[in-house]
Amino acid sequence: MSYPTDRKYTKEHEWITADGTIGITDHAQESLGDIVFVELPKVGTEITMGKAFGTVESVKAVSDLFAPVSGTVTAVNEALAIGPEQVNKDAHGAWMVKIKVKDPAEMNALLSAADYEKFVSEEAGH
Amino acid sequence: MSVVEATPVVRKTALNAVHRQMGAKMVEFNGWDMPVEYPASIGGGIIAEHMAVRTGVGIFDVSHMGDIRLAGREALAAVQHISMNDAARLAVGQAQYSALLYPQGTFVDDVIVHRLGEDEYLLVINAGTREKDFNWVRDNTRQFDCKVENLSDDFTQIAIQGPKGVDLLQKLSDVDLSAVKFYWVTRGTVCGLKNILMGRTGYTAEDGFEIYIPPDEETSARVWHEILAAGKEFGVVPCGLGARNTLRLEGTLPLYGHEISDTINVWEAGLDRFCKMEKAEFIGRAALEKAKAEGVKKTLVGLEMVDRGIARDGYKVQDESGREIGYVTSGSPAPFLKKNIALAYVPPALAAIGTTVRVEIRGQGVKAQVVPTPFYKRPKKAAKS
Repeated sequence: MSYPTDRKYTKEHEWITADGTIGITDHAQESLGDIVFVELPKVGTEITMGKAFGTVESVKAVSDLFAPVSGTVTAVNEALAIGPEQVNKDAHGAWMVKIKVKDPAEMNALLSAADYEKFVSEEAGH
Repeated sequence: MSVVEATPVVRKTALNAVHRQMGAKMVEFNGWDMPVEYPASIGGGIIAEHMAVRTGVGIFDVSHMGDIRLAGREALAAVQHISMNDAARLAVGQAQYSALLYPQGTFVDDVIVHRLGEDEYLLVINAGTREKDFNWVRDNTRQFDCKVENLSDDFTQIAIQGPKGVDLLQKLSDVDLSAVKFYWVTRGTVCGLKNILMGRTGYTAEDGFEIYIPPDEETSARVWHEILAAGKEFGVVPCGLGARNTLRLEGTLPLYGHEISDTINVWEAGLDRFCKMEKAEFIGRAALEKAKAEGVKKTLVGLEMVDRGIARDGYKVQDESGREIGYVTSGSPAPFLKKNIALAYVPPALAAIGTTVRVEIRGQGVKAQVVPTPFYKRPKKAAKS
């Protein structure tokens, strides 16, 4: 899997674009398996870097979604409420929320596509 | 001086390398390294595997299950003493669902008792309770003229499950499998291997067989691949423990450590019909008699989520006012029924079908309803003309 270079990644397997669109990585959907439920915050919610802002559930497991950076939710992908399997089909297209980023400098702490790919392959090696 | 760390040994079935080769996602289950699901590229994924078993056929490596053989002049008396169902009703070749109980009427394990010969029985037991079960059976049957053997490592056990399961196995065997009734066993040739034990049993609430073949890696892998090849025309899919769990949950089949345990008794678990109080003394009987007279404080019910949310194992159950009344033992999305379902223990007063309860999910009381079980029952086959 090659990871798009137009965005940054977290070690918790989320991605975020420069304009604040957030989703989970292909690696994340692959490890979760069939995704059946996505719970997201309402528009206007403040989310905090590194803190849980939502939940994604596969048949087998419940996982928290962590905010890559802090900001205010401006849009929620409502389509995932009825079609959560979209995340399995296209994790890098099926975004979860869009936020107004509070401090763009926080983005600097995140991983590039190449670093994330390296991180994932090292994690798999354990 | 150095401290030696006790590393728990994770056991592997003879098909472990095959699962890995096929790209299965592996997990540790009760001390075993087992496939949880296979990759989507070969038709896998929990939902796809589940659907294959409901609509076609799926195969499972269930070699982690244990086997105890009791044989000898008093084998029946021994089986009767340690299990709650009435093994005297079994004809040679017949099997029954049963359980080993503690004197308190709670569960050592649930088992399938097969009568293989006049004085020969095979108990198929759970992976996580293998040693405990064997010791229990051996220690509690010493007074009988009967040999107890642990055959747990003597078989690779493969389950072939689904409406096309019998047709698939029939392609590989010389026995007329249509003549074998549900919960009966037969012996015959499978993939060229002679005298193979085949039971029309399973843990998926579907028709199908479980076969017991020699445990060496080469034979196990050959048979596994031959079944997959023969099953192509039926759309066979290899299935992992993920689908095994969702299938058994839809069928409301109990899982040790969840619906049944050493703190739950037979009446609470609702397994009355497999417990024959009218037969002679068995371990647990006296306590069960007393428990019946006293009445149960909790009872197992089926729940269906009404509002959006998935109940999971261990989540709390509340009444409509938010008071905690019980807990979920197993909860999951049900891939075939396309609902979110759960089994839970609640007080009998709140167990009536249609009762509204709440399941606490991340701090929120999400509405659910008590529904009839089993959630799923396989359709009766139309008689062949």
